[in-house]
This record gives sequence, structure tokens and C-alpha cells, in this order.
Amino acid sequence: MAKLDSKIPFGPLADKWQQHKTQIKLVNPANKRKYEIIVVGAGLAGSSAAATLAELGYRVKSFVFQDSPRRAHSIAAQGGINGTKNYQNDGDSVHRLFYDTLKGGDYRAREANVHRLAEVSANIIDQCAAQGVPFAREYSGHLANRSFGGAQVSRTFYARGQTGQQLLLGAYSALSRMVGQGAVELHPNSEMLDLVIVDGHAKGVIVRDLKTGAITRHSADAVILATGGYGNVFNLSTYARQSNTTAIWRAYKRGACMANPCYTQIHPTCIPVSGDYQSKLTLMSESLRNDGRIWVPKNKADIKKEPSAIAEADRDYYLERIYPSFGNLAPRDVASRAAMRMCDEGRGVGETGLGVYLDFADAIKRLGEPAVRERYGNLFDIYHEITAENAYQAPMRIFPAVHYTMGGLWVDYNLMSNVPGLFVLGEANFSDHGANRLGASALMQGLADGYFVIPYTIGDYLAQQKPSAQLNINRPEFKQAAESVSAQTQQLLNNPGKEPVSHFHKRLGKIMWEHCGMARTKPGLESALQKIPALREEFVANVKVPGSAETLNQSLEKAGRVADFIDLGELMCRDALTREESCGGHFREEYQYPDGECKRDDEKFGHVAAWEYQGPGQTPLRNIEPLNYEFTKMSVRSYK
Amino acid sequence: MVASTPAKKLFSVTLRVWRQASPAQPGKFADYPAHNVSPDMSFLELLDVVNDGLTVSNEEPIAFAHDCREGICGTCSCTINGKPHGPGKGVATCQVYMRSFQAGDVIVVEPFRATAFPIIKDLVVERSAFDKIQQAGGFISARTGAAPDANSILVSKATADLAMDAAACIGCGACVAACKNASAMLFVAAKVSHLGLMPQGQPERDRRVLAMVQTMDEAGFGNCTNQYECSAVCPKTITHDFIARLNRDYVGALFRSKLQPVSASAGGGA
Repeated sequence: MAKLDSKIPFGPLADKWQQHKTQIKLVNPANKRKYEIIVVGAGLAGSSAAATLAELGYRVKSFVFQDSPRRAHSIAAQGGINGTKNYQNDGDSVHRLFYDTLKGGDYRAREANVHRLAEVSANIIDQCAAQGVPFAREYSGHLANRSFGGAQVSRTFYARGQTGQQLLLGAYSALSRMVGQGAVELHPNSEMLDLVIVDGHAKGVIVRDLKTGAITRHSADAVILATGGYGNVFNLSTYARQSNTTAIWRAYKRGACMANPCYTQIHPTCIPVSGDYQSKLTLMSESLRNDGRIWVPKNKADIKKEPSAIAEADRDYYLERIYPSFGNLAPRDVASRAAMRMCDEGRGVGETGLGVYLDFADAIKRLGEPAVRERYGNLFDIYHEITAENAYQAPMRIFPAVHYTMGGLWVDYNLMSNVPGLFVLGEANFSDHGANRLGASALMQGLADGYFVIPYTIGDYLAQQKPSAQLNINRPEFKQAAESVSAQTQQLLNNPGKEPVSHFHKRLGKIMWEHCGMARTKPGLESALQKIPALREEFVANVKVPGSAETLNQSLEKAGRVADFIDLGELMCRDALTREESCGGHFREEYQYPDGECKRDDEKFGHVAAWEYQGPGQTPLRNIEPLNYEFTKMSVRSYK
Repeated sequence: MVASTPAKKLFSVTLRVWRQASPAQPGKFADYPAHNVSPDMSFLELLDVVNDGLTVSNEEPIAFAHDCREGICGTCSCTINGKPHGPGKGVATCQVYMRSFQAGDVIVVEPFRATAFPIIKDLVVERSAFDKIQQAGGFISARTGAAPDANSILVSKATADLAMDAAACIGCGACVAACKNASAMLFVAAKVSHLGLMPQGQPERDRRVLAMVQTMDEAGFGNCTNQYECSAVCPKTITHDFIARLNRDYVGALFRSKLQPVSASAGGGA
């Protein structure tokens, strides 16, 4: 049974991080260069960590499966990043961001982690501005803010609708600087396929060069995974097509615990599905909810009418009606379920009936079209490209889609997993968002982990380890891991199957969306736990992977990732079945209030579920880390 | 809850695709008919469907670069009917929809072609030269933790907006593929302008432009002869005006680089 010590420092909430920083061990500057650190993934968390650790003097090796760190999927985040600057003088504070995030997460995150996140949020804005990130400005030259869901203050900083891109380019430029100085060894087109553990400590990775197929072994004194989320288990999502779970899943199979895998975020404002060939769902930023109003027809008879033909009195602005104090800025899980309820009632719009309107007519009347274009122009353009419709003239049609995974590898306060020496940052860990993440908080967490947490906490671990620069990559642990990777590759390529990988991914996605999506039930999850193992058997017997192992082979890459998604999907369903309550993004139909809101069970489930691998075909072990709320009361979340 | 395909008129096209097994082998075009094409399908989704068909019929699928499929990561890189990123304006390959084509069209699909972008396989090219240019100087040196309060340096809205216009570059390389000289001037100009416009970027402004241009030249990119094919195909519609700004910055920096302070060669001191 895994030992789960959260290592939360003692003391008052607001002092924990400061005190911890002064108490943890340091590595002296001359010794830092003796330690080597592997960073896998180069999104916001990975790039910021690799750059900062290299600045400190550690030797860093950065691995990324994309052809450049600048292409990691953080690039696609649109709306913004939260920071408690209180530049608006509207009552924001560290405590408020802490409280909003904790409440937004439906009281399923650790207080201490969330408070630290809120504390460093202001430093992130400073750091990014210093790197030259072209944040939106007022005419005075000061930074501009907008509002995001789940908050009653304006604390979101942004760069048009491309905030993720600009923050990632900032982190990428910091990383590039260190690569140019020779302090970081950059390995693009390199996919991590296994974690190597020596004497119980993470000491290296096995990597496949995606261009040449070469399998290589890399040793280090610590391994950092910053490989993002696993929402592509649903096949259709707002993730990049190649985002995957393989790095964290293979670490799970080497003993790292997977925490709360069922916590999935379904984003309310995405462009609806149009056909079976679909590969991707495109997000329309939450920032649109600042000025757009969401509605469906009051009467079912009106759903096929042109929206302009539906009188004001016949429209139901349901978020404003049900949640008057937060209105269109209700948190994502709340807004998504409300949209689903409207569609279930038969009031959904569009050809499929799976859509609601996001209407800018009032904003255009109030602000004028040029002002709306300046704020959201690129989003209206994206909408037009995909649907061939003009959202300045008619409302957008939107529908919820899988967007983020709050679950991930279990980490302690130092962001170290239960495997010593294995650290996990950003979306790949489970730590800060509880059961639901608020908008503009993913960028914040990725950069907090990479710029301001790991540079301190990794030193505490390394100071207690002798530098192992001479660790021989011909040791049996490395050899065994590399051989098992090669064996899987050969097995996939030699399989006498008939079906392309995508068929299995689509089928898995349908099972997951139907049974482990926005609403979950005991019978549904039980049937998924029958269907997924059957799908795995079929995959093993019938998947067809053309091409060879020695060149670029995208079918082979996909096959390995989908195999892991199948296993992960099963664990997600198991986690969702075991968690007999509703909280945040995890909605069990059996556990709800009469008005359809989540009914938590703090007594039985006020804890983190951290699953531990027990070998192929074995039921994994469910470990528990209790969530002790010392400073906040776990209350019923209300946005009314 | 996957929607059924709406009843839109489906049609057929032929894809004429560049196939090249490896950098060393010669490539050639091959034709692939595609049927039941929906106008709402993206061009890359059509490649997905064609590839599944190839897999089932024992042929190797077409390798093509893609990731975010929403026009921001800069991975996708096809030249479609002779134009990098295809027929649309201000879009990347992944944002091309089949409604841009007619029934019966023969659609010619090639990789981005340039000496500095060697072909890896089929439609996938190597663009690490761009990363090298960034590593040479595409940054503002700001050690983590050393930043002043973000509002302590004011940036006028006009400056921030112009910097953002340049910073919108996705690093796809279409500008290079479109240029008869395979010049990377628009890419370099975008980065140099973004950082050079921001007040935070002033201390390293000269050093940056000299280092980035030198690395660009060493990587085998050609020079700019003011044809503006680059800005015409740029998925973020970045204007070639930034190239003029790059040239001004470069010339100024070159002059100033000859004016070294006496102390510059005085060593590190005690």
C-alpha cells in the first residue's frame, strides 16, 4: 500500500509557504551543476520549470514530443490568467482567490496547495510582463483585466484571445535562452515511453525519437513530468489531437498513484459536433460570457425557428434566471450541466438539438460592434471558419465539450509523487483544482508550479541525494524498461489485425462520453466497466498498425497512446463508480439536490482517492488521503 | 451523445499528395480519390479518413504534421494547390474546410518546401531552424524571481497592440514556403518587432536583432526581395511592415555595435 504523506507544513494557512521555503533544504550553487534533471513536456509548466531550474544552475534535459516546445497545447488557451493584483480596487485579495478556487473546486482540493497558488499568482504576472508578454493595456498604459467564471472580481489578465500562446511564448523564450547558453539539452520529437526506477527512486526515462524510431535511455537525479491532461480519452475534446496520457500512465504502471482520475471538466462553450468524421471540438473562450448572454427558447415549438424570430419574452436566459448573482459567469461545471438540462428538456437548438445560443446582440447594442470586435474578434473569426456563420448577426450555437482533467498523478505539497524523485507539474498532477477548475486558473497553476514552486521544492529532495551523474544506463533497470518498450512496439506492428487505431479511439470515446461524461450513474459505469475490457480485447486482437519502427510512424504513436487511454478509461470509470457522491465535474445522477445541484458527501468522500497499480488484469488499490479543512468550512456550493 | 451527420450534400475529390518515404529517398505525387466528402469536414479530417482507408487496404498512411487543429500551435504545414495553408486567408491548414472546394476538384498537397526545412517524410518537414533563431536572441532576459511589479513599467495601448500583432506569429513557416527566396524575414521580423517594441525589450534590442539575423543567415534562409508573398499567406495576417522595422533595427544596431564603450574590453575587474 502506497504511503501518502501530503507533507503539508504546520502553521497558519497564510504562513505555510513562506515558512516552508525557509525551512526546506538547499543545494549550494556550486553543487547544483552536479545534478541532472529530466523535464518531460514543454507546455507552461514544463518550459517554465526547465528554464528556471537551468537558471539556478542545474543541468536540465527537456523532452517534448512536438517538433518544438512552442507547440505544446498550453498555446491554445484563450481567455486569460488569474492574478491577485487587485489593480481594479474591487476587493480582490490572496484570500479571495484562494477561497474562489477552493469553492470552485467543490471543496475537494487541499487548502494549503490552493493558498500557495493564490499567493504566487501575482508574481506570475510580474514575471510574464518582464519577459515582454504583450498583455492587454488600458490607454493609461496600465494592465487591463476582465472577469471570469466563479469570481465576483476582475482579476484575469489577458492578451487578446491568445493568452496561452503569449504566456507559452514567454516561457519558451526563457527556455530558448537557456538552450542557447547550453544549460538545457533540448530533445524535440521525443516521446517518453517509460519511467526508470532504481532502488525505489525515479532515475530516468526511456524515450522514442519520433523521427528515427530510435529508443534511447536517459538517466538523471530527478524526473519531472509536465505532460498535461488526458481528456483525449473521450476522443472528441478541446485538446490537441496528440495530447495523451502515456507519460503519466506509464509512471502509474511503475508505482506512482493516480489521484481522482474521474474529475473531468466539461467546458460549456464549445462549437457543437457536426459529423462522425469529427476530430476536434473547438472552444469558444469563457471570456465571451462576460458580454454574451446564454439562452434557449422557452417553448419547444420554437427550437427550429430562426433565433431572430423568437421574441424577447419567449427566450429563457436560464443562467441569469437560475443563478442571478453569477448569471452567465456561473462556473463551468454548473453552466455545462444547465445546458445539458435544457437540451434534455427538448429546448436545445441547431440541427442536432444539442446546442444553446450565446448571444451578443445586447453587447453590440451597448458597446457597438467595433468594441465587441476588438475584444473577441479572433473568436468570432474562428466561429465563422468552422460554421460559416456570422456571430455578429446571429447568436453563436454552443455546447459543452471535454476540456480539462483535474485528476492526475498524486503529489505531495512539494509536487513529488509517491515515487521519490518523480515530480509532477501542471495539469498532469491532481493538486490544486479539486473537482472543478475555474477559468483562467490552468495557466496560473502551470506557471506557479514551474516558476515558483518546483525551483524550491526539488532542492529539498536533491539535497538529500548524492549526485548520480555516473548512473549507468546499462543497468538492468534501464535495460528492462527499454526492452519492454521495444517489445510493445514490435507487438503492435506485427499484430495481424484489420482495424485502424482511430476506430478503437472513437469507440472508447463514445463509451466514456455516454457513461463517464457529464452525468454518471451506477448502472452506466458498471456497463462501461464491462465494455472497456471487451474493447481492449478487441484492440489487442484486431488493431492494425502499418509501417515500420525505424521511421516517423504516426499510426504507431497513436496505437501506443490509445492502448493507454483504454486502460485509463477503465480506471476513470472505476473511480467514478466508487465515488458515491456528486462534486464539481463529477456528477452522479443518484446524488443531487432537487434543483439538480451536486450533493457532496463530505463524511464518506471528503478525501482524495489515489489509485495504485497492482499489475495487468488486477484490480488497482484505492488509497485515501483525507482532506482536512482547518481554515475553511466545507459548505454547500451556491452560485445563486 | 454524438450527433448524427446532418443531411448536407456530399461530394468527391481527388487528393494528389506528395509521398516521400524518407529524407534521402526521392518523392513523387500519388492520387487518392476521396468520396462522401462533407463540406463541414476540415481538410485534415479528410486526410484522417483517407489514411484510415489506406490502413485497411494495407498501404502506408500519409504522414502529415498536425496537433491543436485550431490554428494556433503552428504544427500543420501543407501547401495546398500551390499555396501554403491553402485557399483561405488568415488561416492555417487545420482551419481549411472542404466547403472551399468543388466536386471533382483535384487537390494538390505538398509539404512546405525550403532548403532550410528538409523533408522528414511525406508532408512533414523539419523546422528546428526556427528554434535555433529563437535560441540565439529571441527573448528578454528576465531571470525568474527578479521581476518588478507588472504595472511599474507602463506600456501604451498602441504599443502593446502593435507588439501583440507581431507576437501573434505561430512559427509555422508558411512565410518561408511562400517566398521564392525561402526567406524567414517575416518570422524574424515578427519576433524582433514584438520584443523590440516593448519597453522591457530595449536593453537587448541591438544584440537581439544582430544575433537573430546572423543565425537566420547561417540556417540557409534566403533574403527578402519585397514580394510580400509571406504576409499574403500568413495564417495570422502579420504584415510585411514589420520587415521594414526589422531592417531599420538591424541597420541601427550594426552602426551602434561599432561604437563600443572603452570599458567593454576591460575585463571582469577585481
